[in-house]
Amino acid sequence: MKNNKLYTVIIKPEECKGCERCVNACPKSVLKMGEQLNFMGVPYAYYIGDGCIGCAACFYTCPEPGAITIIEKSEEGS
Amino acid sequence: MTGKIVYARSKGFFERFERRPGAIKDNMHYCPGCGHGILHKLIAEVISDYNIQDKTIFISPVGCSVFAYYYFDCFGISVPHGRAPAVATGLVRANPDNIVISYQGDGDLGAIGFNNFIQAANRGENIAVFFVNNAIYGMTGGQMAPTTLPGQKTQTSPFGRSVTNEGYPLKVSEMVAALDSPVYVERTALSSVRNIMNARKAVRKALRNTIDKKGFSMVEFLSGCPINLKMNAREMNEFIDNQMSNYFPLGCLKDIADSRDPIKRPEGVYNSRQVIDVLYPVKVQKGVAPDFRNPSRIFEKERRIKIAGFGGQGVLSLGMMIATMSKLRNFNVSWLPSYGPEMRGGTANCSVVLSREPVGSPVVDKECNLLIALNQPSLDKFLPELKTNGVLIYDSSTIEPPNCGDRIVYAVKASDIAKRIGDLKYANSVILGTLSVVMEDYFLEGADKQDFDRTFEEAIMDCFSSKQSVIQLNIDAFYAGKQAVFKENQPDGAADNYGDCAVKNK
Repeated sequence: MKNNKLYTVIIKPEECKGCERCVNACPKSVLKMGEQLNFMGVPYAYYIGDGCIGCAACFYTCPEPGAITIIEKSEEGS
Repeated sequence: MTGKIVYARSKGFFERFERRPGAIKDNMHYCPGCGHGILHKLIAEVISDYNIQDKTIFISPVGCSVFAYYYFDCFGISVPHGRAPAVATGLVRANPDNIVISYQGDGDLGAIGFNNFIQAANRGENIAVFFVNNAIYGMTGGQMAPTTLPGQKTQTSPFGRSVTNEGYPLKVSEMVAALDSPVYVERTALSSVRNIMNARKAVRKALRNTIDKKGFSMVEFLSGCPINLKMNAREMNEFIDNQMSNYFPLGCLKDIADSRDPIKRPEGVYNSRQVIDVLYPVKVQKGVAPDFRNPSRIFEKERRIKIAGFGGQGVLSLGMMIATMSKLRNFNVSWLPSYGPEMRGGTANCSVVLSREPVGSPVVDKECNLLIALNQPSLDKFLPELKTNGVLIYDSSTIEPPNCGDRIVYAVKASDIAKRIGDLKYANSVILGTLSVVMEDYFLEGADKQDFDRTFEEAIMDCFSSKQSVIQLNIDAFYAGKQAVFKENQPDGAADNYGDCAVKNK
């Protein structure tokens, strides 16, 4: 097996304001804008579930302090 | 799923933004896609990484980021518009170990506070200035700023900024880099991820310089205001990368921190005794003198005094005279003026509190002991606040006798007496004279009746020291006010002849 690290990104729907900066910034295009609205009344971004490389582009471009969390998956969990 | 968190909410922020009003406590108040949020995250990360939370002071400017103290888990100060570098200077001079971050926008730094900023830069203050340049006044709705690009349409330049009329945009970083004192000047952009990572490096470098006491560091951030410029996230980044960066080229303009020694300033004076002596030269004696012989029970009680009239009648200076006189009699005093926005003709009042103990609240809004009313509306307004058994002194030449119940009332024809002396303006000194008689028990400490009137004269001289010519007339008015009371007390009913002062319910 290759020694590739696996990452996942969690976007909190209630903290996203739907500015689409992360969707534009993601080099792998694994973030998409959803159709549903959160409690502030804006559509929020979501992770399609596969393909995150942990580059943190979305994290640094996001203007909200805690909307995006990036997690490195451990091997037994993957 | 198990895993290790690699990027998450920075420790430089509060866990929850409890200071933010309203229901939302996890988000910032900025619009979607705002550059402030991105920069806040970079700064919070560095504060947490360098472990400087306990000595960092974040100065919020006026602008959208005025509420930055909601978010950063460090010290925070909100300052008047454009004055962040001036306040930062004070903070860093008072304690050179402070790490002061001056966070400013383009209206704050480039227009209103530019001189404050450029002078602080030229003095080489050991602060980090983060200058957020979004080419527009964001908070007020998108007016033209000093950094608005040529041809850019804003609310106040609907046909585009014309260089023939409004001039060229202000290149702040270039101007600062031309000075000798600043050690680090860089311009970055909060647009693409690559630029944001450069900005992150610049923030780290600027704060590293501040920690090492190298001097003035400034980082300019080209930032987006997508709401006011009516753009989405992609258009905003393109605008910054293609148009703003053309006029404001990115890159490091100056970095001489390595060749500079840490700043050393002359040490300040921290002798607290010396500071107290300079600030409070008058020694106030608390409590009662050993030779105290005043048998009156009111002597120990706090007096809460309200003086009210219309502006220009001498209401505030009467309060000031009472306070000054009481200070000379070793009382603790407070004097709090309150007046309308009109320069003349509005109502004015002032609250004076006299006490042998330290004064708690300087506001007299109820439980008033002594009310001095100089016109009818003031009497009607404040009479309900006067305590039962409280004392009312009013100017009976202009005011109808009120219905006062159990209160003690003194009426003085102050305006008439003042007119006889020369001018209506002396009415306040006449009232002061009356007060010196009716409240004598309260001010006398013992057998010092001789210099009792002296203190009033000194108070009058003190209050009118800038208008020497009226001092003597005010002192005359003061004695006339005293006489008015004595005349009333004469046994042969002289009060009816003079009618200057009447006592009811005594």
